[in-house]
Amino acid sequence: MAKVEPVTDQTFEEAVIKAQRPVLVDFWAPWCGPCRMVAPIVEELAGEYAGRVDFYKLNTDENPAVATRYGIRSIPTLLVFKNGEPVGQIIGFRPKNDLKKRLDEVLA
Amino acid sequence: MADRHEYEVVIVGGGPAGLAAGLYTARAMRRTLLLERKVLGGQIALTSIVENYPGFPDGVNGFDLGLAMHRQAEKYGLETAYAEVTAVEKVGERFRLRTTDDELWARAVIVAAGADPNRLGVPGEERLTGRGVSYCGTCDAAFFRDQEVAVVGGGDAAMDEALFIARYARSVHVIHRRDALRASKVLQERAFANPKIDFVWNTVVEQIEGVEAVERVHLRNVHTGERWVMPVAAVFIFIGQHPNTEWLGGLVPLDAGGHVPVNLWMETAVPGLFAAGDVRVDSARQVATAVGDGVTAAIRADAYLSAAFPEHRFE
Repeated sequence: MAKVEPVTDQTFEEAVIKAQRPVLVDFWAPWCGPCRMVAPIVEELAGEYAGRVDFYKLNTDENPAVATRYGIRSIPTLLVFKNGEPVGQIIGFRPKNDLKKRLDEVLA
Repeated sequence: MADRHEYEVVIVGGGPAGLAAGLYTARAMRRTLLLERKVLGGQIALTSIVENYPGFPDGVNGFDLGLAMHRQAEKYGLETAYAEVTAVEKVGERFRLRTTDDELWARAVIVAAGADPNRLGVPGEERLTGRGVSYCGTCDAAFFRDQEVAVVGGGDAAMDEALFIARYARSVHVIHRRDALRASKVLQERAFANPKIDFVWNTVVEQIEGVEAVERVHLRNVHTGERWVMPVAAVFIFIGQHPNTEWLGGLVPLDAGGHVPVNLWMETAVPGLFAAGDVRVDSARQVATAVGDGVTAAIRADAYLSAAFPEHRFE
């Protein structure tokens, strides 16, 4: 388990777009039940992929600009970025093994 | 010493029925595994608030209620795994379950797999799911603030969700294949009185279109045959649900709707196999009745285990 830091409309450019490593962003909102089940899994993944992938969470209620820019229309959505570009998208809750598989595919 | 993959009770489904069953079998000291393929709580995890579960006069968040039920069952030793059951068969006195991750053995199985929303089955629907096509207003409505959206269906769920979605959307077009709603009077009246909601009668959706996300729906009037296109940013679909019983294969005969026949003890035709909640025939499809089913099945499963496997209990 590792703590997943929040990212905002203001910090997104620096933290995600300009990141040297691949980045996974967990789009969530407080009213979204399934998002609260994804969060601990994302924290576990953050621990397992430490040093290889950066992990952030983005509250879509408070940060509509980024959510709109990437066309988020359902949460939880996980977006994986490489060199500032979204290269993978996972919509809806998936078990941890599924998420790992998808993440490994995107990173390969 | 029991094998790691053998349980006295395996419960398939982590909604209210499965969680209540797990509380009871775990508390009866039966080694119990609950399998959930998605989110604990089942359908209530997707509702904003449950207003009709006794004991909560101010309502309760559905997701919180599911987690609380799970915490309570875990306290008595319920084990949980997140995997989907793909097949089950009875081998001698025991059940063999294949999951997406594993193979498991169980002496008794409680089927509490719930129900999933029906799909329209039209082109574009699957590809655009999560991109404007939604089966959950409370989950996704907030992303369509001040936009035009369609709701498909005419029952209680469709009206309930249309009213919720109308809090965000500029207008909600309810598309219904008949000329009257099935929804209860009180919900109909609320929907008719809402200035943001209008109705498109006798009409079906033939196709959902959009490049990255939903942009429009193709409609057809079932009486006149007239076809037209309606620009919308989202299509919310509430046209009933189907029980998740395909994985049972031929283990137990199902009714025409795919529900599992049970008696008043939630026993199926197969000894050791129980069904509870939305998967069973004649379910009232309420949180409270699902909980009751789960408890009934658990009590009967405990009695079944004592009778069928009298010599040795698990550690």
